[in-house]
Amino acid sequence: MVFFSEMDWHPVILSVRVAVIATIIVTCLGVPLTRFMARKEFYGKDFLEAAITLPMVLPPSVVGYGLLMLIGKNGLFGKTLSDMGFTLVFTWYAAVIAATVVAFPLMYQSAKAAFISVDLDFEKAARTLGASEVRIFFTITLPLAWPGILAGLVLTFARALGEFGATLMVAGNIPGLTQTIPTAIYFAVESGKDVLARTLVVIITVFSFCVIFWVNRWAKKQNY
Amino acid sequence: MLEASLTKKLWHFTLEVQLQVNKQILVLLGPSGCGKTTTLTLLAGLFKPDEGFIKLNNQTLYSSTGKINKPPQARDIGYLFQNHALFPHMTVRQNVFYGLKNKRCKQADCALDPVEMLDSFGVGHLIDRYPRQLSGGEKQRVALARALIVQPKLLLLDEPFSALDKNTKTGLRQELKKLHQQWQIPFVLVTHDEEDACFLGDAIVTIENGQVRKHSPNVVSA
Repeated sequence: MVFFSEMDWHPVILSVRVAVIATIIVTCLGVPLTRFMARKEFYGKDFLEAAITLPMVLPPSVVGYGLLMLIGKNGLFGKTLSDMGFTLVFTWYAAVIAATVVAFPLMYQSAKAAFISVDLDFEKAARTLGASEVRIFFTITLPLAWPGILAGLVLTFARALGEFGATLMVAGNIPGLTQTIPTAIYFAVESGKDVLARTLVVIITVFSFCVIFWVNRWAKKQNY
Repeated sequence: MLEASLTKKLWHFTLEVQLQVNKQILVLLGPSGCGKTTTLTLLAGLFKPDEGFIKLNNQTLYSSTGKINKPPQARDIGYLFQNHALFPHMTVRQNVFYGLKNKRCKQADCALDPVEMLDSFGVGHLIDRYPRQLSGGEKQRVALARALIVQPKLLLLDEPFSALDKNTKTGLRQELKKLHQQWQIPFVLVTHDEEDACFLGDAIVTIENGQVRKHSPNVVSA
């Protein structure tokens, strides 16, 4: 193994940064959207749900291709952005977008199950006691759905951390700029740097194992 | 004084009820699935009627012609749920205090002391317990305290004795009657048990398949 002091930590730092930001975006967008979807019936809901879940089952390269069509230099939004002087592709922002899109369905699935499992009578009781809808969400619904949302959070983070295919297509593999742990491992193996590859593999495996282990343990204890 | 006339189309029948109750206990009696609980949710504003009106102390809470539909938060109606619906992640104290922290109660300056109230219901010593650590009867008393602490103008009770053993039930029935005399507000109580209905009801409305079959002023009332 490479001594930690000699190692290039850039991929590790970038991976964590991308995963943290993607998790924040997914949580802020996903939790309110999921709560809405779990409580309302409307025309086209099934269609929207399928579209949200799609990135989970599509090959990452397909998601990457789709993202290029949207944010690429000549893409739907990319063109407008580049006219304004912004480029997204081959920056670490693109890695965040890729991680967000790919990880979103995981949060959606967990949080939806969590919201549905909250007995509606608790919300109704709070309403008859005079609580506003916002207060009900933060004091009743969210705390009761919290175990499921936390599980979604962890899965989102883990998925964002490990994202490879779509990231490579939209962000590339620029050392120090867009290179994450998964892409660094791939190119280290390609160029025969076995020691580096092994070190990164150990780091990400141990980390992911700890996370899953801890969440499972924790979820077991959460029973009202 | 509560006056209501409500129509709601449910998928297998149409619910049509007319109610009028002064400071009495009105019992809605009928088999499961006849629309009793639905009537309570319509009164509380948790479910929207198709047509009709609800008036409480001459204030219109709902009117299909007047296009008025006050949200449950603004109705001043207490609701005792069949499964108690005590918030499982909060202690008894937090449950009872919950309603006091809402805007309406802050403005009205609710004068009741929650701790005293729990004491008067005989559950003061359980104040730091969680709902899962309470028996059925204790849950029922805590739920009553929580519903009454915000000083509602009407109390709805959905099958308040369904989960209790016979002894607890008889005791609680008497307490409820006393409580009603103390509070001097209309109670609307849903049950499928005729004995409960006769014991508690000042008036009994029998519902079958969404239709009121008969109104009867209770004569066997103890």
